[in-house]
Amino acid sequence: MTDLAIRTRALTKRFRRHAAVDGIDLVVPRGSVYGFLGPNGSGKTTTIRVLLGLAGATDGEVEVLGRPMPTDLRAVLPRVGALVEGPAFYPFLSGASNLRRFDAADAGASRRSRDARVAQALDRVGLSNAAGKKVRAYSLGMKQRLGIAASLLRPRDLLVLDEPTNGLDPQGTREVRSLVRSLAADGTTVFVSSHLLAEVEQICSHIGVMSAGRLVAQGTLDELGGAGGSRVRVTTPDGADAARVLTGLGLGAPDVTADAVVAAVPVQLNGSAPAPEDVVAALVAGGVRVRGFTVEHDSLEDRFVALTGEGFDVVR
Amino acid sequence: MSADTGPTTTQDRPDPVGPGAPPRGRTGGLFASEVLTLFRRRRTQAILGVLAGVPILIAVAVKLSSAPRPGEGPPLLDRVTQNGLFVGVTALVVSVPLFVPLAIGVVAGDTIAGEANLGTLRYLLLAPAGRTRLLAVKYASTAVFCFAATLTVVLTGAVVGGALFGLRPVTLLSGDAVSVPESFVRALLVAAYVSVSMLGMSAIGLFVSTLTEIPVGAMAATVTLAVTSQILGGIPQVDWLHPYLFSHHWLDLGDLLRTPVVWDSFVANGRLQLAYVAVFTALAWARLTTKDVLS
Ligand SMILES: Nc1ncnc2c1ncn2[C@@H]1O[C@H](COP(=O)(O)OP(=O)(O)O)[C@@H](O)[C@H]1O
Ligand SMILES: [Mg+2]
Repeated sequence: MTDLAIRTRALTKRFRRHAAVDGIDLVVPRGSVYGFLGPNGSGKTTTIRVLLGLAGATDGEVEVLGRPMPTDLRAVLPRVGALVEGPAFYPFLSGASNLRRFDAADAGASRRSRDARVAQALDRVGLSNAAGKKVRAYSLGMKQRLGIAASLLRPRDLLVLDEPTNGLDPQGTREVRSLVRSLAADGTTVFVSSHLLAEVEQICSHIGVMSAGRLVAQGTLDELGGAGGSRVRVTTPDGADAARVLTGLGLGAPDVTADAVVAAVPVQLNGSAPAPEDVVAALVAGGVRVRGFTVEHDSLEDRFVALTGEGFDVVR
Repeated sequence: MSADTGPTTTQDRPDPVGPGAPPRGRTGGLFASEVLTLFRRRRTQAILGVLAGVPILIAVAVKLSSAPRPGEGPPLLDRVTQNGLFVGVTALVVSVPLFVPLAIGVVAGDTIAGEANLGTLRYLLLAPAGRTRLLAVKYASTAVFCFAATLTVVLTGAVVGGALFGLRPVTLLSGDAVSVPESFVRALLVAAYVSVSMLGMSAIGLFVSTLTEIPVGAMAATVTLAVTSQILGGIPQVDWLHPYLFSHHWLDLGDLLRTPVVWDSFVANGRLQLAYVAVFTALAWARLTTKDVLS
């Protein structure tokens, strides 16, 4: 028994020559809420399809809940709830009938408890009142909720949610976040993809960043947040002197303005960089009139922009 | 109810899935759901409605005109006024070349491509329905539809014909008269024959449906094949090919309207259809179980 919910080794998926997923090594610990981030077209959905056995890997290995996929698909999938590339339903059936149909497709799901489980899943996403309505008449947000309800028809060990907040208003987005939190609190591992960092950042314990088919960063939120660059900002009228002192301490590329100097703390020196108080002491000893001193860390957002080479579609 | 879930409470317990113990497949649930979904669709109901319109049209047309003489109009038409049951049989015979294949083509072509188009294919597979199981259920429900379609024609014909012309003993093609119950059995035999005739085409439709995500394309291709098969069947220059065409025995149902019933064409047709079913369900299986589901 492994303590990983998802593990891939050099997973590659090619469409003709083009590698949509290019040798990624995902490590998703059990019990984590793993944010799978990346711009549109970076390979998130393709990865999820391969993880769940919808598409075959061109190369590499996949383990889900400790078992090889797609070999053990029939044992693994009943324990996995999934929303892949948006929800999909029979428009001519009601919300509840749609869920009953997906549940009937699961050979291991008990028919006797079906109605109760469907009602419970609908209730969990706040759709009880629309249960009997044809899905044709559902709004995009309601379909998204129904898709999440479908993934909750049975107790799951792993939830894979591909862009679950698509089409939801801010209120709906908050509800999805709190739903994920409550599921995670029950011990369910949640693997949630998004192209919007801001939408999942608050709920994730772990993050993986995709860019053009490659996994360019992966780790806990703290590891990734802390790994970014940082800078010191010195508010002073003695710009030139300050710049000289900072350069002497090994800080890079001082940017001197009329009343402040900003210098980068080199990433490779991050561990052994001079402590802020030592920097201030050196500045004062060098005759610099220090009126203000701050250490600025890159935000996670800055970090992603740097990693993916392009901006996320940031809300706001 | 089911032996494999053990004692069940109203709420599902977390399912313990031991190593090497995949859930035992209960296919009944998915099959029932499939049939229910198929027949709840407006489109399916509309198709059956159109098929039911054929015997109604025939009955009304015959009623409004003078009684047709033997040999006039479609085969069996002259029997209609003797026994209303034959309205259904006549309607089915005239529907065999196009209406019935059209109906079957729509349903069979939609099986996999329709799910792919809606995106529900991925959710069925994630359930997990199992690709082989899903294919089996799709084919079985198409077969159910074949029988539903032919029964719709025959039974509507019996009701309408009975009401307009009454139910009397009828003279068969062999010249013998049969009782009303016996003629009802013959009508059902004809329905069964036409249903079996459509099983090969259903398998072709199922296979075509695994090739595309556009259901209309699969439907059109399937119906086109049915028409092509019949056209080839009418060209004497390719008579070596005729015994292999899936439409070869489609209209050989006269044997069922003799006394005693001659089963030769039923058996020959059954064999031919079985061969088509074997080949095309195998192709569909090979395709679906290896394909990337990207819809
Ligand atoms: N069915 C397909 N055929 C060919 N290329 C595809 C297909 N699906 C996705 N791709 C390509 O794979 C890449 C990754 O797509 P996708 O996994 O959908 O990205 P994301 O989910 O991160 O937005 C894209 O370049 C896309 O064009
Ligand atoms: Mg995507």
